[in-house]
Amino acid sequence: MIALLIRDLRLAIRAGGGFGLGLAFFLIVVTLVPFAVGPQSDLLARIAAGILWLGALLSCLLSLDRILALDWEDGSLDLLATAPLPMEAIVSIKALAHWLTTGLPLVLAAPVFGLLLSLPEAGYKPLIISLLLGTPALSVIGTFGAALTVGLKRGGLLLSLLVLPLYVPILIFGAEMARRGVDGLDYTTPLLMLAGITCGTIALLPFASAAVLKVNLR
Amino acid sequence: MNLNALWAYANPKKFIQTTDKVLPWVSVLAVVSLVVGLIWGFFFTPEDYRQGSTVKIIYLHVPSALMAINVWLMMLVTSLVWIVRRHHVSALAARAAAPVGAVMTLIALATGAIWGQPMWGTWWAWDPRLTSFLILFLFYLGYMALWEAIENDDTAADLTSILCLVGSVFALLSRYAVNFWNQGLHQGASLSLDKEENVADVFWYPLLVCIAGFVLLFIALVLLRTRTEIRARRMRALLARERMG
Amino acid sequence: MGLNVSDLTIARGGIKVLEGISFALEPGCAIVLRGPNGIGKTTLLRTVAGLQPPVSGRVEAAPESLVYAGHSDGIKATLSVAENLEFWAQVFGNSDIYVAIEAFQLDRLTTRPAGGLSAGQKRRLGLARLLVTGRPVWVLDEPTVSLDAEAVAMFAEAVRRHLRGGGSALIATHIDLGLPEAEVLEVGPYRAKPAEADDFDEAFL
Repeated sequence: MIALLIRDLRLAIRAGGGFGLGLAFFLIVVTLVPFAVGPQSDLLARIAAGILWLGALLSCLLSLDRILALDWEDGSLDLLATAPLPMEAIVSIKALAHWLTTGLPLVLAAPVFGLLLSLPEAGYKPLIISLLLGTPALSVIGTFGAALTVGLKRGGLLLSLLVLPLYVPILIFGAEMARRGVDGLDYTTPLLMLAGITCGTIALLPFASAAVLKVNLR
Repeated sequence: MNLNALWAYANPKKFIQTTDKVLPWVSVLAVVSLVVGLIWGFFFTPEDYRQGSTVKIIYLHVPSALMAINVWLMMLVTSLVWIVRRHHVSALAARAAAPVGAVMTLIALATGAIWGQPMWGTWWAWDPRLTSFLILFLFYLGYMALWEAIENDDTAADLTSILCLVGSVFALLSRYAVNFWNQGLHQGASLSLDKEENVADVFWYPLLVCIAGFVLLFIALVLLRTRTEIRARRMRALLARERMG
Repeated sequence: MGLNVSDLTIARGGIKVLEGISFALEPGCAIVLRGPNGIGKTTLLRTVAGLQPPVSGRVEAAPESLVYAGHSDGIKATLSVAENLEFWAQVFGNSDIYVAIEAFQLDRLTTRPAGGLSAGQKRRLGLARLLVTGRPVWVLDEPTVSLDAEAVAMFAEAVRRHLRGGGSALIATHIDLGLPEAEVLEVGPYRAKPAEADDFDEAFL
C-alpha cells in the first residue's frame, strides 16, 4: 500500500502537474475575483472566506480525472485489480495521494491567498481548520466520481456534473465555519458537522468507489 | 398471495403483457383525476383571504413537489432491487423515472417562483426549500447524464444504481446543510399528517384529487417509458446478436 | 493445485461469446489458447483472472496464485525501468528484481525512464513484471506482441524456467512460441450458440 502511495506521489512530482497546477489555478481564481467584484477591501474581506473555499473546491475538481484515468489508460488498473491489494485500499490510497498533492498544498497556501483578499485576522484559524477538515472529503468524493467516469472517452464534464452536487454539504459547512470565524461568532456546530461528514465519507465512500471501479473494469 | 409471485413481473415479457392491460386504465384515471382536481381547485374553491387567487397554484405546486421527492425514493428502491436481485426491469424503471422526476422538480421550482413573486416580491430566494429542490434537480441531471454516457446497459445500470444510493445520502445531507445555512421564507409544509397544521378542508379535498392525479400520471409515464426502454434494449440485443452472426 | 476451469460460459458486452469451456492447468504445465480474432480469448483470460464474472461455470485456483498480463503493460513513462519493477515487486510483497532484469536482458536499461523505451523493450519490461510477482499461475494475453525473434526466445526461456519451477501458464497467442511442451487449446469449437429469437427472457434475448 505504501508502495502505491509513494509511486503516485513520485509520478505527481515527476509529471510536474501535481503540486503546481492546482495551486496556480487557485492563485488565478483569487487574482480574478477583485477584477470581477472591485478592489474595495471591505467588500473583499466579506467574501474572502467564500471565495477561498470555492477556489479550493474548483482547483481540486481540476485534477480529479487524473486520479484514475492515467492508470486506466496504461493498463495499471487491471494489473492492480489482480494484485494482492483490495480495491477499497487502492481507491483510498489514490484519494490520499490526490489530497497530498492538491488538498494539502491548498490548505498551506490558503493564508497567503487570504492576505490577497484582505481576510480579517479572526478568519485565518477557522478557514485553515475548515479547509484541513473539508479537503480530504473532497478528494474521497472526487475519487468516487473518477471511478464512475473512468471508462468514458470524454468524462471530464460529466465528472464535474456528478461530483459538484455531492460537494454541496461540505462547501456549506466549510464556508459557513470560515464565515462565522470572520464575524467572530462561535463556529463549533459547523466544525462538528464538517468533521462528521468528512469522517463518514472517508469511512464509507471507498466501498462505493471500489464497487464502481470493479464494474468499470469488467 | 405469495409475495414471491411479485418477482414474476420482473421478467420483461411478463411486464409488457401485464402493462398492456393496465396502462390504458391508469392513463384514463390519471387524466380524469387531473382534470377534475384542477378544475375543482381553480374554479370552485374560495380565494384565500391573505393570498388571493395566487393560492390556487398550490394545485400544481404541492403535487409536483411531492412527486419530485418520491420519484427519487422510487428510483432508490428500484436501484436497490437491481443491485440485490439483478432484475433488468427494475433498473430500466429507475432509468425511465428519472426524466419524469426531473420535470416534476422543474415544475415545482417554476410554480414556486411564480407563486413567490406576488407573495415574497421576488422570483427566487435562496430559501432552504427552494435551494434543496435546485440541488435535487442537479442530482437528477447527473443521474440521467451518467445513464446516457455509458454504452453497456448492465454497466450503466450498476453505476447509476450506486450513484443513486450515494446521491441519496448526500441529498439528505445537503437538505440538513441547507437548513442550517439559511432560515427561509417558505411557509411550513402544506401537508402533514397532523391535521392541525393542514390547509383548510375546502382546499384540501381538491388538492388530494390533484395529488392522486399526479401519482397516476407518474405511474402511467413510468410504465410507458419502461416499456419503451425494454423494447429499445431488446432491439439493441437483437442487433448485437446479428453482428455476432 | 494449478488452475481448474469447469463448464465456463463467458460474455462480452452482455452477449455470450464462449460456452462450455473446461480445462485443468497442472503445475509445471502450459496451455496455449488459439482461435480467430474476436472469438473471446481476451474475455476468457480476463474472466479467469477474476476481472469479470463468468455467466456460469467455475474458475478454481488457489487464492492469490494468479497474475495477469494484458495488452497494456501498466508501465509508467516517468519512472525508470528499475522503479517500475520495484513498485510491482513491493505490491506483491517481494523485493528482488534482478532475476527479472536479467531474464529479459534489461540490465543496461535499468536507470532509463520507461517512456524512452522502444515498444519491444516496454513489452520485455511488462513481462519481467511477471517474475517479480512471484505468483505461480501466469495468465498472459498476447505476450509476444512487438517482440523480435530474439526476445520471443527470451520469453520462451522464461516460461520454461517458470514451468520447471512448478509454475504454470495460460497463454493466448497467434505465433509459435517455441514451446513444444505446451498443450494447445482451440477455443473455436466453444463459440456460444445464438439464443432463440422468440425466447424473450430476463436477458432480453
